[in-house]
Amino acid sequence: MFNTFQKTLRSTIKISLIALPMALLAPTFSYAKDTGYIFISSEKDNSVAVLDGKTYKEVKKIETSDRPRHLAFNTDKSKILAACGDGNSIDIIDIAKLKVTDKITDDIEDPEAFDVSPDGKYLYISLEDDGALGVLDIAEKKMIKTIEVGEEPEGVLASLDGKTVFVTSEVANMVHVIDTSTWKVSNNIKVGKRPRRFALLASKNELWVTSELDASISIIDLATNKVKDTIRFKPKGFRKEDVTPVGIAITSNGKSAYVALGRANHVAVVDTSNHEVKDFILVGERVWNIELNKDESLLFAVNGLSDDISIIDTQKNKVIKSVAVGRVPYMAIIDD
Amino acid sequence: MITKLFYSLILSFGLFFSTALSTVVYAENTFTIAYLELKKDPRYKKKRLLARFTGQALGRPFAGAKIAIKEVKYHGADIDTALVLERKTVKKEELSSAVEEFNSKGVQFIILDLPSPETTELIKKFKGKDITFFNISSYDNTLRNEACQSNLFHTLPSHAMLMDALAQFLISKKWRNILVLEGELPEDKQMSSAFQTSAKRFGLKIKDKRIFKLGNDPRERAKNNVTLLTGGNFDVIFIADTDGEYARDLPYQTLKPNLIVGSEGLSASAWHWGWERHGAPQLIKRFIKKNKRLMENTDWAAWMAVKAIATAVQETKSTDYKKMISYLRADSTALDTFKGHASSFRPWNNQLRQTILLTTHNWVVTRAPLKGFLHQENNLDTLGNEERNSKCKF
Repeated sequence: MFNTFQKTLRSTIKISLIALPMALLAPTFSYAKDTGYIFISSEKDNSVAVLDGKTYKEVKKIETSDRPRHLAFNTDKSKILAACGDGNSIDIIDIAKLKVTDKITDDIEDPEAFDVSPDGKYLYISLEDDGALGVLDIAEKKMIKTIEVGEEPEGVLASLDGKTVFVTSEVANMVHVIDTSTWKVSNNIKVGKRPRRFALLASKNELWVTSELDASISIIDLATNKVKDTIRFKPKGFRKEDVTPVGIAITSNGKSAYVALGRANHVAVVDTSNHEVKDFILVGERVWNIELNKDESLLFAVNGLSDDISIIDTQKNKVIKSVAVGRVPYMAIIDD
Repeated sequence: MITKLFYSLILSFGLFFSTALSTVVYAENTFTIAYLELKKDPRYKKKRLLARFTGQALGRPFAGAKIAIKEVKYHGADIDTALVLERKTVKKEELSSAVEEFNSKGVQFIILDLPSPETTELIKKFKGKDITFFNISSYDNTLRNEACQSNLFHTLPSHAMLMDALAQFLISKKWRNILVLEGELPEDKQMSSAFQTSAKRFGLKIKDKRIFKLGNDPRERAKNNVTLLTGGNFDVIFIADTDGEYARDLPYQTLKPNLIVGSEGLSASAWHWGWERHGAPQLIKRFIKKNKRLMENTDWAAWMAVKAIATAVQETKSTDYKKMISYLRADSTALDTFKGHASSFRPWNNQLRQTILLTTHNWVVTRAPLKGFLHQENNLDTLGNEERNSKCKF
């Protein structure tokens, strides 16, 4: 008890020492910004763990509604939105206070993945139970629209211009394209089995979609809304059925894509210019979501079945540290 | 095969004892999947359903098909086709005329919720015809072997597959010494013999085999009294009781504190409502919401049959019978069972290879194939008849 107190005290002093001169230089500086904290949702602990960005020690466990899964920052990064599947809530975590300060519960049933519109006004959320995409007005805390899509919608992505929202349906094996001016499905694109998550490769106008049961990524050409290539993952020693890609992250220069291979316990590194798989990085068990830090020197891989995260050095493509977190961790986001 | 939507709706409303289900708002064409069941089926007697014997139905499996047809509302989108489910509930003697009636309307895929003898009799009449049946409620090994037919597919696992899963579990725990208890029903004997084959395959020792009997006759107390029946030194007692009434009384009544597996205690199952992976919680939630009860083996098998047929439509981008069949029989086929491992039908007997869950009353303990049980082609083929020992000849 005393030790913990001392430690907290010490780190508080450290933070104040750094924060003080900066605060003097910039009067508008908010100490909640760029905390360096890593936030990890844990499906079975009903909490979000907060790790220090340098030591990776747990700073706090934030209690949330039941089964928090997808996490995202709001536009000014002062808050985190957490979709809590069994709690039927979008919890809002205040980063400065490190606690849940508000909840959105209007018409929300079993929320899983979501994305925030580029203007920060709307939250596009997959409603697994209803087979629909929900559009939530964040300020009003109201569901303003639901659009019927295939059953078990999963990954959601808003285009950068705000005109389109993409949703995967795990059981329809499709990406639904939704036009935000009419709120109608404008296109259905058939992809590999059980599509999960997206990444946008803006420089090439491509949408990359992982398919959990197809051991593949479908690359959609957004000019034509057609699948133009499929990348299949064949890590050595694994059969196709063990390779279950879910999470995906693309570097800001658009050159490399990292893909979490689920049951195959590896993260694949793909060269986006020729779609070649350059490397497989061994991580923990059933790796789902992955997240790059700001300078992209590190990649955080969240391992659902070994209750830990693997921290990867992206220069060497090697795990430098693994850190135990809560039960069934789902996703990590970094405030840096 | 393909008829205009309104035409089919009029048709199906006009039919006696049949109902059509579709969730698609509008499509140019329809493709009908038929579902055939018996009016009086002893497996679904009210009293039996309420007893909730381990591994037995909790209601008619059509409940599963209903969920599936909603899930596949976009599967025909590429070819502007709506998938429709049509159900017929008939008397035993009306089975083949029901099939003929379906077929005369161009329906070629029929899901059968029938006991094994009725299935065997019915399919014989349609041997070599362009009609494909899906068995969703019989575990009978014979249907997958001697009585197999090229136009009969199985989404429900066989006794052989289930018993292999159980044997893998026992041997991985090194619980080798087994007492086998066997009932007098033909299916009990089949389940028991499947277990004995599995025991041999995976190296378990059957120390003794005893016959049990329901009743209170003191002259038969060695068979009907659990305590007297279970004496001896065993790691585990296996019971083959496909009815379930005897097995229900086995735990806590044994002479020694034995673990029970088979028809009670730890069972091998196609599905369980306690399964938490691969999208199962969402499916189970949908099922409960719609049907107001839990989802079990045959519900899943009915759900799986609709999904398999619909996946064939989506993947081949057609409703062409030949194309769909060759898709279903291809080794490269990847069907999503919600149990992990993409699944496909074994070309030598049309059985869906799949993960088997090892379950208690309220939990999935683990799943088979267990870690370390490997197969040269597909690990799922460590469960059930392989091509080399299959007695099925199409």
